[in-house]
Amino acid sequence: MEPFKKTLSIVTPLDKVNVDTDQIVPKQFLKLVQKSGFGKFLFFNWRYDENENPKSDFVLNNSKYNNSKILVAGDNFGCGSSREHAVWALQDYGFSVIIAPSFADIFFSNCFKNGILPISLDQSIVEKLQQDSEPIEVDLENQIIKTSSDEIPFKIDSHKKKILLEGLDDIAQTYQFEDKISEFEKQSKVPSVL
Amino acid sequence: MGKTLFEKIWDAHIVVGKEIGPSLIYIDRHLVHEVTSPQAFDGLRMNNRKVRRPDLTIATMDHNVPTTDRGLPILDQTSSIQIQTLEKNCQDFGIQLFDINSPNQGIVHVIGPQLGITLPGSTIVCGDSHTSTHGAFGALAFGIGTSEVEHVLASQTLWLEKPKPFEIRVEGKRKNPHAVTAKDIVLSIIKNIGTGGGTGTVIEYRGEGIEDLSMEQRMTICNMSIEAGARAGLVAPDEKTYDYLRGRQYTPKNYESLVDYWRENLKSDNDAKFDKKFTLHIDDIAPQVSWGTNPGMTCDVTETVPTPDEFSKGDANQKKGAEKALDYMDLEAGTPIEDIKIDRVFIGSCTNARLEDLIEASKVIKGQKISPDVRAMVVPGSQMVKKQAEEMGLDKIFTDANFEWREAGCSMCLGMNPDILSPGERCASTSNRNFEGRQGTGGRTHLVSPVMAAAAAINGHFVDVRKMDLS
Repeated sequence: MEPFKKTLSIVTPLDKVNVDTDQIVPKQFLKLVQKSGFGKFLFFNWRYDENENPKSDFVLNNSKYNNSKILVAGDNFGCGSSREHAVWALQDYGFSVIIAPSFADIFFSNCFKNGILPISLDQSIVEKLQQDSEPIEVDLENQIIKTSSDEIPFKIDSHKKKILLEGLDDIAQTYQFEDKISEFEKQSKVPSVL
Repeated sequence: MGKTLFEKIWDAHIVVGKEIGPSLIYIDRHLVHEVTSPQAFDGLRMNNRKVRRPDLTIATMDHNVPTTDRGLPILDQTSSIQIQTLEKNCQDFGIQLFDINSPNQGIVHVIGPQLGITLPGSTIVCGDSHTSTHGAFGALAFGIGTSEVEHVLASQTLWLEKPKPFEIRVEGKRKNPHAVTAKDIVLSIIKNIGTGGGTGTVIEYRGEGIEDLSMEQRMTICNMSIEAGARAGLVAPDEKTYDYLRGRQYTPKNYESLVDYWRENLKSDNDAKFDKKFTLHIDDIAPQVSWGTNPGMTCDVTETVPTPDEFSKGDANQKKGAEKALDYMDLEAGTPIEDIKIDRVFIGSCTNARLEDLIEASKVIKGQKISPDVRAMVVPGSQMVKKQAEEMGLDKIFTDANFEWREAGCSMCLGMNPDILSPGERCASTSNRNFEGRQGTGGRTHLVSPVMAAAAAINGHFVDVRKMDLS
């Protein structure tokens, strides 16, 4: 995984609550067996009409936001299925930061495995950021968002921060605990399936 | 201070525990399917890693398998590739697979319990959010993303933040348990606590209203925990649990000694502390019908579609969501639910496609024909459910009524296979999600119980099944 870098970009405001993973990447696109190439399916049913022409009223189709790396959305973002394809689509499209008042648990966890930083902020701050047309800077190292007028601190678990900043391979980290895992298995009461 | 059932299972699975931050948790059972696993196996290959415990890993194909004749080739090339990829991955990594022709094939959350793979007190994961279903057996079971699937394949563990325990008490007795079902209980809960009400928690369902339920009904409740945002939902095991799992194909040989241990250990202590609590009284609840685009947008069958103001109770964002939902669903506020006409009926999914669900639905159908304006299908949750139902003659009852009787799979719950709604079609569905486009682009889903779906098929619109004789 690539280490997470400071992100400077204008925000893409997505003024919706309960954005579910079926909207982020609809089911007909889950059949690929690789991780790349999902960006073109991001928010597919909101982005395109039945003839696959871009819908002019959807925010991603406004060229102003073409190079935005920061998505700012409503409450309970990423609810629904566990499909990591949702995160792959956001990342492949070009987002590296998602800001919302709250996130669904599995989606939140999936973000960190793919170098995306999800940030929870108060509703009022989120609404203010959605109105901000100037570029903002997200600095993970110092846990601060700089806007043209404000400095907004944010919280993140230190373990997750380290993983993002160093782009660590989770599994290699876990292998350091091999002796503990083997020890656990020796006393486990739950039998094998076979 | 005492511990909750969830905390006991969690503590018993800590490999590396820390005061703050995530703990390394051991996983006892890993269920794998074709959609969320290919990239995980690829990751293993790229790093030259093995599956640590193939003997704790079980795979099946359910999400995009066709539900038509199993002898026919799979026409959708991409589905076919995904299915072949799972076959190859299981072969290469030594994992037991119940493939499309296996008598054990079915929706992963239906076959786990049926085969005795799901066990009380165990930790179970799968790359599917409805893994919470297995919590009905007092297991800590939850959905994970593909990176975590890879992590579990490689290490049989996961780094996890400890969720908070949430107690949901279901009190009282339903007056007509054939008409007011487990589905109506769980939809009522979600309607009350909201789709984010359980975020960051593991729900323990307790109380008389839960103890009264069969194992299959408890699975329906735990299945939809994720629709309230909870990481998992569970029910303390009791004699019904132990009886259900006894003598199944993969039930462990030392089962009775395990049961002795579970009887002693798998319950919340009296002085256990829950971070959150909610109580639902079920004496007078009605059958539920969802009207919007998330499972929290649900009302009684006797009610009318609410106005965005009534639904949102002053929350501007919720109001906007409700307006959008009514627009998508093409419904006017004030319309009686019973006046909503439907085009399709789907009885299936990991929520409601077990034998009991089909038995209950068949009572509504027996001797009748579905409305000529409706197309209806039954997709049994597993090949085993299908076989048992056929031995009881249920298939005949459904086909005589003009229902289609299909092979097992996830089918129209998420429409990854050819079973989908056309744009604008309205469906009474026993599945778990009514998200926009979930069952087909432009399709409109109303979540209901199997008996409500069956009654809607006959009448062409929703009806209150309490008016029918279902005994």
